[in-house]
Amino acid sequence: MATNLEVARATASADLAPRLTVAAAVAKFVRTKPLGAIGGVIILLMLGLAAFAEVLAPYDPYHGDYGLQFARPSAEHWFGTDEFGRDVLSRIMYGARIALFVGFAASLSGCTLGALLGVISAYWGGTVDLLLERLMDILLAFPQLILALAIASILGPAVQNVVVAISIPVIPRVARVIRSTAMSVKENVYVEAVQALGASRPRVILQHIIPNVAAPYIIMVTAQLGAAILAEAALSYLGLGAAEPTPSWGLMLSGSAPSYAEKAPWIALFPGIAISLGVFGFNLFGDSLRDALDPKLRGR
Amino acid sequence: MRTYIAKRLLLIIPTLLGAAALVFFIMRVIPGDVALLIFGGDAGGHIDPKQLAAMRQRLGLDQPLWMQFGTWLWGVLRFDFGTSLWTGRPVMEELLIRLPLSLELALAATAVSVIIAIPFGMLAAIRQDTWVDYLVRVVSIGGLAIPSFWVGILCILMLVIFFGWGPPLEFTPPWVDPWANFQMMIWPVVTVGYRYAAVTTRMTRSTMLEVLREDYIRTAWAKGLRERAVVVRHALKNSMLPVITLVGTEFAFLIGGLVVTETVFTLNGVGRFVVDAVAHRDYPVVQALIFLIAFGFVVVNLLVDLTYAWFDPRIRYR
Repeated sequence: MATNLEVARATASADLAPRLTVAAAVAKFVRTKPLGAIGGVIILLMLGLAAFAEVLAPYDPYHGDYGLQFARPSAEHWFGTDEFGRDVLSRIMYGARIALFVGFAASLSGCTLGALLGVISAYWGGTVDLLLERLMDILLAFPQLILALAIASILGPAVQNVVVAISIPVIPRVARVIRSTAMSVKENVYVEAVQALGASRPRVILQHIIPNVAAPYIIMVTAQLGAAILAEAALSYLGLGAAEPTPSWGLMLSGSAPSYAEKAPWIALFPGIAISLGVFGFNLFGDSLRDALDPKLRGR
Repeated sequence: MRTYIAKRLLLIIPTLLGAAALVFFIMRVIPGDVALLIFGGDAGGHIDPKQLAAMRQRLGLDQPLWMQFGTWLWGVLRFDFGTSLWTGRPVMEELLIRLPLSLELALAATAVSVIIAIPFGMLAAIRQDTWVDYLVRVVSIGGLAIPSFWVGILCILMLVIFFGWGPPLEFTPPWVDPWANFQMMIWPVVTVGYRYAAVTTRMTRSTMLEVLREDYIRTAWAKGLRERAVVVRHALKNSMLPVITLVGTEFAFLIGGLVVTETVFTLNGVGRFVVDAVAHRDYPVVQALIFLIAFGFVVVNLLVDLTYAWFDPRIRYR
């Protein structure tokens, strides 16, 4: 029985399309989606910066030198120093870690929880679906940033709290999308077939529904990544995200930075460029990935 | 249409009740004892238990939770949101002072964004995959990537460095002194508007692309109409309907933009009121504002759905 199924599956996929190797898939993505490839390069650069910050950063991001306050950008300090004499470039390099950590942690946890709730809602149906849907309605009544702000204000300023605050508003938005996809997946004949064979509910969900909602899930994760990085910056800017002396990009722009506008504009300039470039990379990549994965848009 | 409106109206009642309960729960229950907070929190040292009990009684914190919630909800129905712990004035009064500024900012930013977004979104769609399209897309994706507060900071930097200008502190309504009002509001409006424009441009482009693939557009081309007629008379009209949805989705962006931008420019509006209340741990104010924002969001979305149903009868008969 099992072997027959495996053979059938193998021939079916062989007939449908030749499987691309990873390298070929990447090459195709670069060729057809040049903008997405640029985004990918930016993401890789950012990952590299975060991973090798110890090696790359010229100075300790926490170490202030009061003799060197507000140093202009120079050969020693490319991006200058801030009001505590800390090297801005080093802080931006370490800041990539915070941005990526919050971005990935918040979007992955929010999207995964949302996707699970969406699948459960679609598959169980009935009262479970009704209750979950109403709960999602309630969460959707709040604009994303406002809900994150409220949660962050209660949890207090800390990086891990920001992750929670940003991920919760993501849940209902993802749950909605995944629920509707899972509804249509559920109607497929193969789901009916495994149900008739007596497969348990968790088995049907894990083996047959979840793999088929993977594409929208990946799209949502990449779309939320940039948004989460931006939200972290905004919350930190408002004093509700990471706390001093954490080198968070948003925090570097908050408080005193604008008041030193005349004296040291570089303090407010470079972290902003870092945020914009990072989010831009994720958005470009996510956009092109959506086009590549969405069958409706494929080949356009 | 009438049954559709009734159905939708009935559906928002449980949502709003749930939203009220959620706000109440996260604002009143999680932070712990508000009375203790007023006396300086954990760092306050020795606190007279009698005073604490009196404060609890005054705030109604000695009552069971469901009664506290009931009292608050009853207040909400009468537009009574309690008093601010920080200023001691009614929340509603404080809100009404700040509302005109935020409304002006919101409306002006919306106008700016629509004026930029619709022509550019249209242009990108009808010239898909040319350099025009790429340029519009890169600029709009970029617009979504640049944080509003940084744009605000850059505006201030530029004004301070090149013009030695500082923002005026007092809000002057446009009907009192239009020029002073304009000087104060122009940069915040640009800051909120550009981001808003980025979202709208993308939406206009994608709906326009969908419409351009419809059969009736092919028919319009086939009968030999000029491009102008096809695009403006046939495509634009039909792609404007989904753009209405934007008003709903962008309301969220707008509120977020107000919160951040009013903080950057130190404007005394509703958005900054939220941030200040959070910073001062002024729970009655935070609770009221977050609920009111949710209320506004739900109502705007309802209106959008109703307009949609009005224009597209297929929706109301589903």
